[in-house]
Amino acid sequence: MKFAVVVFPGSNCDHDAYHAAKHVLGQEAEFVWHKDTDLRGADVVILPGGFSYGDYLRTGAIARYSPVMQAVAAFSATGGPVLGICNGFQVLLEAGLLEGAMLRNARLKFNCEHVHLRVEQTTTPFTARCAPGSVLRIPVAHGEGNYFADPVTLQRLEANGQVIFRYCTAAGEIADAANPNGSLHNIAGICNATRNVVGLMPHPERACETALGSADGLVMFESAIDYVTAGARA
Amino acid sequence: MTLTIDAALLDRHGLTAEEYERIVTAMGRTPNLTELGIYSVMWSEHCSYKSSKIHLKTLPTTGPRVVQGPGENAGAVDIGDGLAAVFKIESHNHPSFIEPYQGAATGVGGIIRDIFTMGARPIALLNSLRFGEPDTPLTRRIVSGVVSGIAGYGNSIGIPTIGGEVMFDDCYAGNPLVNVLCLGVAHVSEIVKGRADGVGNPVYYVGAKTGRDGIHGATMASAEFDESSSEKRPAVQVGDPFMEKLLLEACLEVMKNDALVGIQDMGAAGLTCSTSEMGARAGTGVEIDTALVPQRETGMTPYEIMLSESQERMLLVVTLGREHEIEAIFEKWDLHAVRIGTVIEEPILRVRHHGELVAEIPNGSLVDEAPLYDRPTQLPAYLGEAQSLDIASLGVPPAPVAALDALLASPNIASKRWIYRQYDHMVRTNTLTLPDAGTPCVRVKGTPRAVAMSVDGNGRYCYLDPREGARAAVAEAARNVACAGARPIGATNNLNFANPQRPEIMWQFVESVRGIGDACRALGIPITGGNVSLYNETEGRGIYPTPVLGVVGLIDDASRTVGGVIREAGLDVILLGTPAGDLGGSEYLRVMHGLVRGRPPRVDLDRERALCALLADAAHDGVVHAAQDASDGGLAIAMAECTFATGIGVDIDLPAPNQAHDAFLTLRALFGETAGVALVVAAHNGTGAVLARANDLGVPARVIGRTGGERLRLRVNGQVAIDEPVARCAATWRGALEARLGVA
Repeated sequence: MKFAVVVFPGSNCDHDAYHAAKHVLGQEAEFVWHKDTDLRGADVVILPGGFSYGDYLRTGAIARYSPVMQAVAAFSATGGPVLGICNGFQVLLEAGLLEGAMLRNARLKFNCEHVHLRVEQTTTPFTARCAPGSVLRIPVAHGEGNYFADPVTLQRLEANGQVIFRYCTAAGEIADAANPNGSLHNIAGICNATRNVVGLMPHPERACETALGSADGLVMFESAIDYVTAGARA
Repeated sequence: MTLTIDAALLDRHGLTAEEYERIVTAMGRTPNLTELGIYSVMWSEHCSYKSSKIHLKTLPTTGPRVVQGPGENAGAVDIGDGLAAVFKIESHNHPSFIEPYQGAATGVGGIIRDIFTMGARPIALLNSLRFGEPDTPLTRRIVSGVVSGIAGYGNSIGIPTIGGEVMFDDCYAGNPLVNVLCLGVAHVSEIVKGRADGVGNPVYYVGAKTGRDGIHGATMASAEFDESSSEKRPAVQVGDPFMEKLLLEACLEVMKNDALVGIQDMGAAGLTCSTSEMGARAGTGVEIDTALVPQRETGMTPYEIMLSESQERMLLVVTLGREHEIEAIFEKWDLHAVRIGTVIEEPILRVRHHGELVAEIPNGSLVDEAPLYDRPTQLPAYLGEAQSLDIASLGVPPAPVAALDALLASPNIASKRWIYRQYDHMVRTNTLTLPDAGTPCVRVKGTPRAVAMSVDGNGRYCYLDPREGARAAVAEAARNVACAGARPIGATNNLNFANPQRPEIMWQFVESVRGIGDACRALGIPITGGNVSLYNETEGRGIYPTPVLGVVGLIDDASRTVGGVIREAGLDVILLGTPAGDLGGSEYLRVMHGLVRGRPPRVDLDRERALCALLADAAHDGVVHAAQDASDGGLAIAMAECTFATGIGVDIDLPAPNQAHDAFLTLRALFGETAGVALVVAAHNGTGAVLARANDLGVPARVIGRTGGERLRLRVNGQVAIDEPVARCAATWRGALEARLGVA
């Protein structure tokens, strides 16, 4: 199966996602330039982290207009699994493929560290192999990851089970102290209504090898592989 | 236009009357204003190293692994598998004082360009920072700005800032130091040079447009500050990390195409430096027309265009007839490469503006014939008094636990977490050792290897004895990479000093360079490049002499990388080396007694070499669980720092130093600073192997205790001196910097 990693000008975690898919998991992987309009038969699309267009406007606000995003939207509309990581999540929000918006971190500083995430839902292509309620240790690295949505949207996301990951303590408790950026409801990741598009601020691709401090992110890639190979995308 | 060259004009250009006479002689005529400006930046201290060059030439720069020594944009050492580590350290001290965010950001941008200009993919950044005491509004503003600037640039471009060092001392209040090291990896056979070969080849400009920012940046960095320095703000450039990210990716792609002849970034002295240096290296000349240079502002003069230090610009020489291949790559990245000139046969820099000749200068006189000064030196008057330390005058020794608490809370020792978590230290997924967990290391993907790096310098030591202090800086950096299991293979230095025209400062400089030479020769570590930053003084007050050494080490098997964290109970703690228990120049003396006095610890370079070999060998054998060198705060602090990440405690018994039988014996054993000493936690069943290796190499080694429990229990000659919960000590250490900076 094949992962496509989209490269926007300013993407800087593209090589990391590619490395995880290709060298750690042994899958096919290909970079797709943002000016391309063809996803080259990819089974899974990853929008990687970074600073697309320098994030000089709002994060992700320019990248959403890249030609490739039409292909990503079409792919997701047919149920194709799409994962937006960090800046990729921000691009998905700006593109309207996910709901909500990002504010600057509550402490107003960029923040890079390992955090704990509780898996809230396992009914997505990227969490199917997780145990419900399990805790993953995965790094964050962002300055604008403070998730915000209006109360109506937030309630709908919660009611539909679209909140996929929440920041938590090592023991899995949802607490303010475990929230690295001030996100509403400790939200670290969400999915769309059809559950095939997932965005999260933490970086699972940085947590795929124990030598790097954690391999807890592997399960998300493995879930996607299962999803595709099992033909779950009907 | 007739130009009157008077003393005031020369002064504004930082040129002396004698230097002006040299210019007239070199040109065989009177320069015009543009030419005078070009000379002024090329002959500035920053570009010409005129006060330092004769001393730098004494440093060892060769070795079996050296692929590129000093003189290019960066140095390079062979790391096997046909690859080279390309690295250099560079300062941005003066701009960071004037405008902390942009000063630091553009410092990061500049050193990254030096690395990818060589054809290397940058994979790691480190920095060495010095600030005033963290309680003052000025220092807080500078710290906050510098850290944000480093983060803003490095995070955006996607190169991890994996470590470094930060020290606070009042002498840096008006002169912060911002030294940034970048390391990249290149194929040895694909290293690119900054040469303008091939007469007739077109010269291209690519990157950001040229503005009026940074004009005379190089001359600013070559002068002292006074009250009016904040007026120099327009001389500080503004960074655009997104533009540099595009340039980085596009240039690395361009370099794979053999239509590229040579490339150089426009750093200090901008277009002037890149055109004249590329010509000089190739024995050719470069002719450009400044009217063709993309400009951000209207009405710019050739003088301004040639001297601008606008960031994120590159100069390329391309094979005639194959321009379209290079242009197409830049177009892909939405960058526009613009032809601004041609390689010419005469070895001169010729500048036209709309075709009209505005400057014509022999390259050699700009690049190689800048004046060199052997400035007078004089033993500083302060030295005799400062080197004397009467322990008896210190009064009643403090309780060991009080000293431990005070040292853990010292901003020089406390965790720098508030700083490093603002840096993306994991992007590119190579970081094997996270901040506060040991010596920074990155793996080299596609190989079994890893590279360890350490930047170190101790201004207090160098103030008290510059030669010994410089030796200590080399030794500490080498020891740190050895603690990670690496063999030191190359070094870069950043020499930060006050005004070299004062003989006492020049003496500090000369002695420091001697010390670096001593240590690098003895330890077999070639210096492959570096940077000199002089005139670090404000209103007549200079910084401590602060040579900073960046040492790069190679780990053959990345899976054997060693950190500094105790992760298991029941392991033996081994003391390597013989602690001397010196208090001279120590952090203890500064924190507990408010003194910077005495003689810094002496470095025995033979012992240091043996210790480094032992640490690397033992790590390679897989018998080391954790290793930590003893530096600021001595063995007590070194041991404590190993316990903080996991909370697993230790019970160790430190030997009392031999020669000192005074009331401070216990404190000397705990907090005395000694070169050539390290603590090793042996892996399970590894103690015998470590001791045997130590015996073979002649390194004194003894088991002094074990890991386990949740307490930090430190004995001296069997007597318990400190017995504290690790959690309490860790909390002090973790929160102290934020508290002192007022950001908690």
